Amino acid sequence: MPSILEVQNLVKKYGDMTAVNGISFSVQEGEIFSLLGPNGAGKTTTISILSTLFTPTAGDAYVCGHSVTKEAMAVKHAIGVVPQEIALYEDLTALENLNFWGKMYGLSGSELSSRIDEVLEQIGLKDRAKQRIKTYSGGMKRRVNIGVGLLHKPRLLFMDEPTVGIDPQSRRAILDSVKELNRSGMTILYTTHYMEEAQELSDRVGIIDHGELIALGTQKELTAQVGEMDTLILHLGENEDPIHLAEMLSSLPGVLQANPTDHEVAVVTPSAEELLAPIVSRTNDLGIKIYSVDMREPNLEAVFLHLTGRALRE
Amino acid sequence: MQLKKLFLIALKDLRLIFRDPSALVMMLLAPFLLTIGMGALTGRFSGGTGSGVRDIPVEIVNEDNGMLGEVLIEVFQSPELGELVSPTLHNELAEAKSLVDTNKSAAVVYIPQGFTESITMMAWDPSIDEVLQIEFYTNPTMPTSVGVLRSILDQFINQVEIGRVSATVIVSQLVENGLILPDQAAALGAQIGQQMAILVDNPSSIKLKTNLAEGEGISFDILAYMAPGMAMMFLMFTVTYGAISLLVENRAGTLPRMLVSPTQPAYVLGGKFTGIFFSANAQLGILIGGTSLMFGLQWGDGLGVALLILAASFGATGWGMLFAAVLKTPGQIGIYGSAVMLIFGLLGGSFFDLRMLPDWIQVINKITPNAWANNGFYILSLGGKLKDIQSNLIALAIMGAALFLVGTFLISKRGLVRK
Repeated sequence: MPSILEVQNLVKKYGDMTAVNGISFSVQEGEIFSLLGPNGAGKTTTISILSTLFTPTAGDAYVCGHSVTKEAMAVKHAIGVVPQEIALYEDLTALENLNFWGKMYGLSGSELSSRIDEVLEQIGLKDRAKQRIKTYSGGMKRRVNIGVGLLHKPRLLFMDEPTVGIDPQSRRAILDSVKELNRSGMTILYTTHYMEEAQELSDRVGIIDHGELIALGTQKELTAQVGEMDTLILHLGENEDPIHLAEMLSSLPGVLQANPTDHEVAVVTPSAEELLAPIVSRTNDLGIKIYSVDMREPNLEAVFLHLTGRALRE
Repeated sequence: MQLKKLFLIALKDLRLIFRDPSALVMMLLAPFLLTIGMGALTGRFSGGTGSGVRDIPVEIVNEDNGMLGEVLIEVFQSPELGELVSPTLHNELAEAKSLVDTNKSAAVVYIPQGFTESITMMAWDPSIDEVLQIEFYTNPTMPTSVGVLRSILDQFINQVEIGRVSATVIVSQLVENGLILPDQAAALGAQIGQQMAILVDNPSSIKLKTNLAEGEGISFDILAYMAPGMAMMFLMFTVTYGAISLLVENRAGTLPRMLVSPTQPAYVLGGKFTGIFFSANAQLGILIGGTSLMFGLQWGDGLGVALLILAASFGATGWGMLFAAVLKTPGQIGIYGSAVMLIFGLLGGSFFDLRMLPDWIQVINKITPNAWANNGFYILSLGGKLKDIQSNLIALAIMGAALFLVGTFLISKRGLVRK
């Protein structure tokens, strides 16, 4: 498959702070490529550079063969962008928003009207198209936000955390629509800090942390990096101290990593079943109450944990 | 295509501002209410003269021994101004001034000895080296009345000046063509000057109540002074709102979204400021149309008013551009913008006649669009034509263009999108 996006050693610095540090990857035409990483990892900055909004400090990227630094207009014609924030006019209706943004992408007349109809159908808001955005729920706003990015049928769609802050039902609908768009031939670069989304959607995943791409490949390739490790997630009571427990568990035989998060401790081990009893015993000794335990087989979360020593949500 | 997008952005902003109830209150309702309130304070709505101000007490001291002093007294005593002013003649200047000092009168008009002679003979009599000036001693606590009296005096002086210049030109031409001898020039000049002065002795030529070419009468209306002042002051709110919208759009993500669409950044910026310009024009247009319909206010020459609206909006938009370039957050623009709105309103004469204030204020207030626009609207409301407000239009256009260039330079230097 030909490469629709080629990113070469991209760097972005703000004074002394390096937001993106030498990222390189490529996206093949027709695939869903996810950039997975915690908040502040550099995902949005990367998307901003690729969509020509920011100029990189060093490096370059090519969309359909056009340099984002030298041929911005050609790049802009080829891409669609769904930003993380709801970039819509709240005092305009969905129809007026789509009309405005369609015209900004050069659509007009009957072509614009039919595209607006199609998009409204696609996002399931035809009936409420004449209501102002400010009357919509968060999920509906997200859907219009996505719809705007689709109006001009871009070859490459950048979706920057499109499911942030919405209810599970709307999230499900958005994930389904991403898959549907991909089936219709659209290439998608998707950023998220939700491991489940990256896992469900992506053909390939790039894991990003502190502005660096620390792993890249298919899910199979990535999980292979952590071998046959299991992860035990210990859910603690609100008053318990996960940091203290993680320290105490680190010394147990068979524990490779113990990472605290909010009310949880993630324990990476080659054999979860054998470790369960010693863990329960140790927590009893410490007087720490565990409400429940989840056992997870190797996944992208475990990969991130393995590579960084931190959980994705930290 | 790019230009089309510029107008698309501008019209979108215009639509948005008219859908924001709080913006509409500040843009339209507040200036309307303040105008009405100030009109009520001056008695504009309680009947009587068109100005709402009547029986303005004015003290006249005439020491002139010529015709022009008499003419000026006749003007003040004319039936046309009978309801508006209440003149009293005095022999002693000190006595007249004491009435003003004790707040019993709005002003003293002092016509110095030799006033007529200094005007009619200055060109021919080498012993007269300057035109003597009428002294206008005013009461700062009665700004509106003083404004009315000053406009009467201004019109009188304009007529006299026309007469003086005309006489000089005519006599010079006659001497040059050999039709009269140089030693006859002084006598003839004085005679023509006197004739011109007689023309002034027609109160209808005083522009307080004059006639347009079409024969339609114009009356001085105190609201014609207040309404533009309020409109201009709240115009600064509109441009501040526009400047805020640039930063708000940046935060909301709609500005970055415009910039990742196939649109040149310059056209996005141009669209934003055309939007402010459109909004400013709409605001002034509505306020002017509204006050005309509601209060029967005569704004004067239509073309002049239209061009002045455009120029004032452009000048004010330049300030909006500068706010957006210099200030960093919507909150900052809101605070500083409101302060600037009030300061410009004060300096620009939105509340009182600036001629009462020290000269230096009348110099620094030239940086405000309010001063130029208020003055222009005032001239037009008194029957002035387009040519009379040319300098106002040019000044506002230069102000808008200069601030736009500075703002564009600063914004392009730091980038349109702020991280």
